[in-house]
Amino acid sequence: MARILSMKDAINEALDLEMRRDPTVIIMGEDIAGGAGAQGEEDAWGGVLGVTKGLIGKYGAKRVMDTPLSESAYIGAAVGAAACGLRPVAELMFLDFMGVCFDQIFNQAAKFKYMFGGKAQTPVVIRGMVGGGFRAAAQHSQMLTPLFTHIPGLKVVCPSNAYDAKGLLIQSIRDNDPVIFCEHKNLYTHAVDVPAESYTIPFGEAAISREGKSATIVTYGLMVHRALEAAETLAKEKIDVEVIDLRTLSPIDLDTVIESVEKTGRLVAVDEANPRCSIASDVIASVMEHAFKAMKSAPRAVTAPHTPVPFSPTLEDLYIPSAAAIAEAVRGTMK
Amino acid sequence: MSNNPFPLPKEKLLEAYTKMKTIREFEERLHVEFAKGDIPGFVHLYAGEEASGTGIMMHLEDKDRIASTHRGHGHCIAKGVDVNGMMAEIYGKVTGSCRGKGGSMHIADLSKGMMGANGILGAGAPLICGAALASKYRGDGGVGITFFGDGASNQGTVLESMNLAAVWNLPVIFVVENNGYAESTSIDYAVAVDSYIDRAAGFGIPGVTVDGTDFFAVHEAAGEIIKRAREGGGPAFLECKMVRFFGHFEGDAQTYRAKGENEENRANKDCIKIFRKRVGGAGVISDAEFEKIDKAVMHTIEESVQRAKKDPLPSAKELLTDVYVSY
Repeated sequence: MARILSMKDAINEALDLEMRRDPTVIIMGEDIAGGAGAQGEEDAWGGVLGVTKGLIGKYGAKRVMDTPLSESAYIGAAVGAAACGLRPVAELMFLDFMGVCFDQIFNQAAKFKYMFGGKAQTPVVIRGMVGGGFRAAAQHSQMLTPLFTHIPGLKVVCPSNAYDAKGLLIQSIRDNDPVIFCEHKNLYTHAVDVPAESYTIPFGEAAISREGKSATIVTYGLMVHRALEAAETLAKEKIDVEVIDLRTLSPIDLDTVIESVEKTGRLVAVDEANPRCSIASDVIASVMEHAFKAMKSAPRAVTAPHTPVPFSPTLEDLYIPSAAAIAEAVRGTMK
Repeated sequence: MSNNPFPLPKEKLLEAYTKMKTIREFEERLHVEFAKGDIPGFVHLYAGEEASGTGIMMHLEDKDRIASTHRGHGHCIAKGVDVNGMMAEIYGKVTGSCRGKGGSMHIADLSKGMMGANGILGAGAPLICGAALASKYRGDGGVGITFFGDGASNQGTVLESMNLAAVWNLPVIFVVENNGYAESTSIDYAVAVDSYIDRAAGFGIPGVTVDGTDFFAVHEAAGEIIKRAREGGGPAFLECKMVRFFGHFEGDAQTYRAKGENEENRANKDCIKIFRKRVGGAGVISDAEFEKIDKAVMHTIEESVQRAKKDPLPSAKELLTDVYVSY
């Protein structure tokens, strides 16, 4: 029987299962329980959008730690605790806030293992919201995946659905490297069939969300759904599109991408991030390097424009790549 | 031999002197070797500041963790990191503490509770909050010490961590090693408050200021606050006022200093001379005993340099290892 769960609930379930299994797993973040020190309810919020609701009741304030609004201090503390044997999952509410704590992520967590000659490991997960569509404007809507993907030592995950989110988060917690776990806020309520038991999805294995022969769309996160929508439209035009969901951006499954392009000869890379040095430009560059001869037409990128995320709904809807824009790009590769 | 008037038994006094002397000779030798051009990159020397790291570290065990700074050699030695491994690391050799991948600014030995020198000023403070959180979570009685200079004392990471440590009642000691200079900029210019104790009080953290050239003053003050932290009493702040014998980095012409400042520091603010005068003057350690240690230390340093020079460089394959646990 199907067990339909939202991505928000699937993430909560992954945390719950891992906290039950492993006492070294702790979670921390701003309002992750909510109401700490106040007179009202404990667990008032369970995270700003309720993703961690209920966990403090099961595991107590020792393992579900509300933090001061001090991202440098608590993200750094999560990194330090990871280097000392715990497996902290720190929530950086909106990944846009990395600007105030990035040193602890990219100069500390990412580099310990290499810089210390292999004698350290840092099993920390930093989870946070990414992406637009919430009318949350320029500082709460970015798709910053390329910035993290650029940094050696970090692993970067961005699931497109509840099933993957659960398996990838459990994998992230068990992984011994620092993982940036990017949760698209517009997918929190998206629900699919999710088994109750614990399972993992290995890093570096893309999913083929739709098989096709005419053109390959490579993407991740919310854009997987826009790509599938575009594929439906194109199917009516007898264009048979394959959609690849990368799932993890570092490591990246180039084998699956190249195999697909060798079959279709056409590539559209779709990224909600800004265009320069993006996941889309990286995928196109890699395919050109490794599968140039298979190409029947020039590859295309569909990305956000090179602007901050605008507030006004009219503008934001133009900013985020649409299914129509993706379909048009695929048609372009067919000419 | 008269009675020992010091709060440490003779063997501990010998150990403290050996550590301080080892740090001093390590740094003096690096000063010489760096000038010859054999050492790649930057080195920041700790000479003059030995009483601080040593006085504090005499209270620590391997389970206690420290986060150091760019000026980290002294902290490493005082925490028990192998001198040969350190020297080889500074020479970029594969036998180094970090296989030649870290260098002077990133020497670490987690098995000794040394969580790394750090090239980013103030970055150790959040990390040590995490180390202390791990100790508190496990209930192992461990404490975390984060060192930073008067320069990095102005970093947001340090200030945020002071609040976090107080809010979470973490066993963390914030140690500002105040040598008066943030690189070349005077503390009188760059730190707005007159007293770090006032700043600590603003975070609800007790603070104490000591003469960092006096090993015994550091040792006594550190002992009290470390004991308190171990027993669940929460964080504390320790200011060690001290002098830096060398420049910010090797090659620094130090033209920002007053005329005669370095000479005055060497003559009257040398923590090792001060220690020797007090302990020797009290008749607890004889000149012959001091000299025996000096000789052994010189031998240790000489050997570490000779080994480091001879040791192999990392092979090309080292470039691509140790970056992910699995990928």
